[in-house]
Amino acid sequence: MNDSTPSLFDVEEMELSFGPQHPATHGVLRVMLKLDGEKILDAKPIIGYLHRGTEKLFETMPFPQCLPHTDRMDYVAAATNNQGFVVTMEKLLGITIPPRAAYIRMLLAELQRLASHLVWLATHAIDIGAMTPFFYTFRERDAILDLFEEYCGARLTLNCMRIGGVPHELPDGWTDRCAAFANDFPRHIEEYEDLLTNNRIWKRRTVDVGVISAEDAIEWGLTGPPLRGSGVKWDIRKVFPYDRYDEIDFEIPIGSNGDTYDRYLVRIEEMRQSVRIIQQCLIRLPGGPIMAKAPKVLRAGQGMVYASVEAPKGELGYFIVATDKGTNPYRCHVRPPSFINVQALPELVRGRLVADLVAVIGTLDIVLGEIDR
Amino acid sequence: MSDDTPNTPPEVPPKSEGEQPQATRDETPADKPKPSDKDQAAKIAAAKAKDKGEPADQGPKEPWEDKPRPPAHEDGAQDPDARALAEAVAGSVLAADRFAGELTLTVARNKLIEACRFLKNQQQFAFLVDLTAVDWPERAEGRFDVVYWMHRFSDSKRLRLRTVVSEDQPVGSVTGVWKTANWMEREVFDMFGIYFDGHPNLERILTWEGFNGHPLRKDFPVVGIDTGAAIYPDVYPPGGGPVTAAGTEEGGDQ
Repeated sequence: MNDSTPSLFDVEEMELSFGPQHPATHGVLRVMLKLDGEKILDAKPIIGYLHRGTEKLFETMPFPQCLPHTDRMDYVAAATNNQGFVVTMEKLLGITIPPRAAYIRMLLAELQRLASHLVWLATHAIDIGAMTPFFYTFRERDAILDLFEEYCGARLTLNCMRIGGVPHELPDGWTDRCAAFANDFPRHIEEYEDLLTNNRIWKRRTVDVGVISAEDAIEWGLTGPPLRGSGVKWDIRKVFPYDRYDEIDFEIPIGSNGDTYDRYLVRIEEMRQSVRIIQQCLIRLPGGPIMAKAPKVLRAGQGMVYASVEAPKGELGYFIVATDKGTNPYRCHVRPPSFINVQALPELVRGRLVADLVAVIGTLDIVLGEIDR
Repeated sequence: MSDDTPNTPPEVPPKSEGEQPQATRDETPADKPKPSDKDQAAKIAAAKAKDKGEPADQGPKEPWEDKPRPPAHEDGAQDPDARALAEAVAGSVLAADRFAGELTLTVARNKLIEACRFLKNQQQFAFLVDLTAVDWPERAEGRFDVVYWMHRFSDSKRLRLRTVVSEDQPVGSVTGVWKTANWMEREVFDMFGIYFDGHPNLERILTWEGFNGHPLRKDFPVVGIDTGAAIYPDVYPPGGGPVTAAGTEEGGDQ
């Protein structure tokens, strides 16, 4: 009756702390939300709950000992973390690795990309309310982890590369089992797609949610699937090929609308491309040594280098400063893709509903271990 | 291999001294032949190789069988982007260095924003990949390097700017140039204590508000400092906080 009387439901603004103990934040991300009812007026990500001072630790240990610490950053994609570090170190030291080592690395990295994307798909779908894909994807992820376990003994923190090559020869029959997995896997991608791609609920929750234009994506420094979902054809494996990616034939999938659904399609297609890369690597796998002839004690020259790899989440870069004859990194900075990507979260959710925040956190595919380091 | 050898001698003498101080007589014959055996074996192998003449004449070795070839520093002043920047923003480029194929331009601190604007708007370095800092506590001209690493999409070229800052000097914030610099500068502020002028929200990001010190400075101890006492002096006595002072200047009884 009387419009000017404030009722109980006329609350102007509400502050809500989303996380850090919330299953949908994928770890210990905290988002301070300013809400008008269900509508998000502003969001402020708060990070640092998992800060372990990895960059400081790097400075205290010789180059090869830094490697296990890289596993713990993006803990669902340890192999690509290893790869980023060893690629940068080889650039700094001027080491060329033997082709067999490069191919084993690519095999491990692409298997890791599949595993990471499977975790993303599982958690993203379960956040939005689709529970079944979780069981399907973890079934295949387990097969990948079995392959890792057979190769290096570990399932998650792999530590499976070395400066100058890889530590182990492939076990007997590993390539056959890997080929069997790779040949079988596209069938499973179809299964996930049957569940989601044309699912009306899935589309209602993802299409036009968290839209970012290509210009904004570059301005915010997004990399990986969030950048490609906005239509920028950009992949470190193509732009700055490391290991032997220049010998491999694969496509870079891109989206057009830059929304959550496009990023979903991009990642699904990336899984298919990873399978292609794995199959080509297995066919072309050359013989020969798996370690380059490198000195036992690695000493760098004075200088700074940066090299990056295409991690499942985006561009993972290492910036290493070395002093003359130094055995430790003087400074080792990590450019984690999730840290930069989550920065754009407020842009993606402003004006949307709280439920969309969950979808957007899922679609950015963040790992807090890598954000906080 | 030459890097390997200096490490072995220091290790051997303390062992032999500590374990068997009297048995030096027995040791010398046992110890001596080992290196000489090895040396002889190596010599024989080398001689055999020479006689055969095969490995030496096989032409160039594969790069992974050869010694690593560390990259060298070259002058980068002739790079087109370095020249364009030096022309457009007078006095901005102090040095240009190319190392491992990466161009690093040392830029005057007061010309930094202007240089970044020029590189982004005129030279199309639209993407700031990374921003970080390096601490050189003993350096006279300024303690910190602030390092900017940018990317151009048209020809996939990357360029690094480096500016030297001393402890009490602020750097201009590049958040007005690239939005993505926001969190990167916050991280540098948090970890090094470098202030960025004109940053919209310069707060700590990885550590918490009220954290004492800047962890990535070289004088910050790896074990941490007693932050509890720093924040709650009435609750925790100095040295008795959640992080003990073991290993730091104050403590160290462990």
